[in-house]
Amino acid sequence: MTSSSERTATSSERTATDTSLETPVRLSIDEVDVEVAAGASVLDACTAAGIDTPTLCFAENLTPVNACRICVVEHEGSRTLIPACSRRAEDGMAIQTDSERVRHSRKMILEFLASGVDLSQADPLASLVSEYGADPARYGDAVATMDEDVRIEDDLYVRDYDKCVLCYKCVEACGDDAQHTFAIAVAGRGFDARISTEFDVELPDSACVYCGNCVAVCPTNALQFTTEFDLRTAGEWRPDEQTTTRTVCSYCGVGCNLDLHVQDETIVKVTSPNDHSVTSGHLCIKGRFGWGYVHGR
Amino acid sequence: MFGAGGGTSSYAEVEETDVVVLWGSNAREAHPIFFHHVLKSLDAGAKMFCVDPRRTSSAKFADVWLGLTVGTDIALANALGRQIIANGWHHQRFIDHSTTGFAEYAEAVQPYTLDHASTITGVPASAIAELAEAYATADTAQILWTLGITEHHNAVDNVLSLCNLALLTGHVGRWGSGLVPLRGQNNVQGGGDMGALPNKLPGFQDVVDSRARARFEAVWGRPVPPEPGIHLTLMFEAMEAGDLRAVYCIGENPADSEADVTHARTLLSNLDLLVVQDIFLTRTAELADVVLPASVAWAESEGTVTSSERRVQRVRAAVPPPGEARHDIDIFADLANRMGAQWGRPSAEQLWDEVRSLSPLHEGMSWDRLEAEGGLQWPCPTEDHPGSPFLHGWLWEDDLGGRTGAPFSVVAHEGPKEALTEEFPLRLTTGRALDSYNTGVQSGSLVSPIRYGHTIDLNAGDAALLDVADGERVMVSSVRGSVEMAARIVADLPPGLAFTTFHFSELVDVNVLTNDAWDKRSGTAEFKAASIRIDKIENGNDQMSQTGSGDPTTETDGG
Repeated sequence: MTSSSERTATSSERTATDTSLETPVRLSIDEVDVEVAAGASVLDACTAAGIDTPTLCFAENLTPVNACRICVVEHEGSRTLIPACSRRAEDGMAIQTDSERVRHSRKMILEFLASGVDLSQADPLASLVSEYGADPARYGDAVATMDEDVRIEDDLYVRDYDKCVLCYKCVEACGDDAQHTFAIAVAGRGFDARISTEFDVELPDSACVYCGNCVAVCPTNALQFTTEFDLRTAGEWRPDEQTTTRTVCSYCGVGCNLDLHVQDETIVKVTSPNDHSVTSGHLCIKGRFGWGYVHGR
Repeated sequence: MFGAGGGTSSYAEVEETDVVVLWGSNAREAHPIFFHHVLKSLDAGAKMFCVDPRRTSSAKFADVWLGLTVGTDIALANALGRQIIANGWHHQRFIDHSTTGFAEYAEAVQPYTLDHASTITGVPASAIAELAEAYATADTAQILWTLGITEHHNAVDNVLSLCNLALLTGHVGRWGSGLVPLRGQNNVQGGGDMGALPNKLPGFQDVVDSRARARFEAVWGRPVPPEPGIHLTLMFEAMEAGDLRAVYCIGENPADSEADVTHARTLLSNLDLLVVQDIFLTRTAELADVVLPASVAWAESEGTVTSSERRVQRVRAAVPPPGEARHDIDIFADLANRMGAQWGRPSAEQLWDEVRSLSPLHEGMSWDRLEAEGGLQWPCPTEDHPGSPFLHGWLWEDDLGGRTGAPFSVVAHEGPKEALTEEFPLRLTTGRALDSYNTGVQSGSLVSPIRYGHTIDLNAGDAALLDVADGERVMVSSVRGSVEMAARIVADLPPGLAFTTFHFSELVDVNVLTNDAWDKRSGTAEFKAASIRIDKIENGNDQMSQTGSGDPTTETDGG
């Protein structure tokens, strides 16, 4: 054991992981040269080149799981298409984002998803269906769907598996990407695979601690705050009329940033910005759901 | 600590630290999103030690849980210090250069051998030794604490005993190493920063410092009283003595939150004038002569709050306040105007600019920067200063700039004020649950699927001795009063320790039980250690759900 008195104060000069000192990476996206920081993804490079890449299972605050493949791009020299979200940008890469192969692959994915899953509340996905000319109806009426009742087991959020595309984001947010509660995972195989609590018990009997971080990352509204669900059911959910105001949570002293979504002078939903250093988009039950008192509830 | 009152480190630092010591804090439930940062650290390979009488949900993530006896923190901290020195793991160069009082400290901790501390604390000697080595020999380490340290009659000594460990090992004043008190309320840091302390002006400037006062007097146009005021606990003593006859209470609910609350309610009721400014008609407001309805600070008002990492952030109005409720600033300004001052109607931004003109810690934080940069950490003295992730970097400078080093403090183990007796043989400690908050003014309306309600939690062995079943209604008594509660048998409490939350005062007046013995320096009452008895309620015995002793002078003599 060396005496700690021998140690120096070098770590006083240490700062947050800093990749800016490493050599930047140069690659081409659709024949345009771009430069990104070492460690950036192909998706980052596409964004730097001004190209809007569709994503579904990717989120800035989660580790990519490569479940959906909607972000695939063509990489010269690779036998298969590569997922842009998880593939690290490398020097000299030549990437095509709008080739026939890419468009065809994305179109197939959209057709498979949209034929069996209710994407009516998955706004970006629904518009992609037309953008890529996908025709989900071409598989006919024989396509199996979940066709389950919405699960309403408490007052905070609902689960509608007809809308679930198994992107795994909720599992990641509940698990080791954020919350570390591990209340949900994928159970079953093939078509019967679905997100489940342990032994499929109802949520209040599961390990769930109602942080709502799964709801926040869900891209299709399969997980939905009860406030939103009730308004939609009543035909009164009007996102165009909603305002979003950033403020700070009123509970403990951590200082989580909240985005208050307000309709008709009433809070209807609370989220947190993914890019804020305090929360990375994640909240606890109090910050996410504990605002009712503002309206005297 | 060492001057300005704020945690030394940023949340980002705990993600990169090597050893996390969570002491008297159940951050998993009380500070859940801070705990996310801790989890990143653990995922990256950091080691965590959790010091808590209960095996909390935080402790379940720890490598080692040190389940100490309530109120023995100083014995444990001093034993860690002794062990570190005895093995030469202390940072002699840092101590020599940047601290004072080491020799006295080293001598004072000599009696706290591993065996002696183990006897006092109930923590195995091997666990104390393991923590001492891991903490002292780590490149970076943080000690994080909350009310498990501060809600004791010797709160300040508890904090100083932890500061000693950081000075001993050089774990302060550099990236990744620090001393972090996690703040329990969303702006308790900001309140202190803004001078809501008896002896401070905004920016931790002393009221006894005539030069500091002169700066404020020049802007305010009025003399600033040179004597420190008194803190909440002394205010209650002054009420009792008849010296304090009028109280203006803003956003605080002492009629539910004070220890020995029956006594506190009597004192509040007997005031000549009680004015309460709050968003709800709290139990305190029910006692008031005048109630001023305020708007919700974070959703109906513009302003700033400051977090545990000294980050000043903007709050904004998203919805209009109901009825006649008004912004706190408007209420204060109107009161001042009616008293003859000419404050007009200052905006939150104008007030902030006044803060900046008087507090060097905040001077560089323009309203525009707070908007654009997602908050800034003080000290931020100039507009081109990026803010300060950590404090006390000066301790590592070759030249301390004429400052004396940070002082070691000699502190001794005392234990809780209220000793366990034959009549009151169980230790009661209180704390928070994940889905609830303080007296429930805000969280009470949340319909939480995970709320288990107001229970007195017991070890299975104690429950068996008392012949109490899980869920059974029992009478819980301290020398100050009794309340009826449901017993809950849990696996994570040691024998002899009972636990309850304090979130449901309308249902169960827990603070009827708690001890208002308090720390002379911080004013914090000993919520964490009362002596209680649990009695079965015999069938057909229709007891009242709560009874106060009605005798505020009753005191037990503690160790």
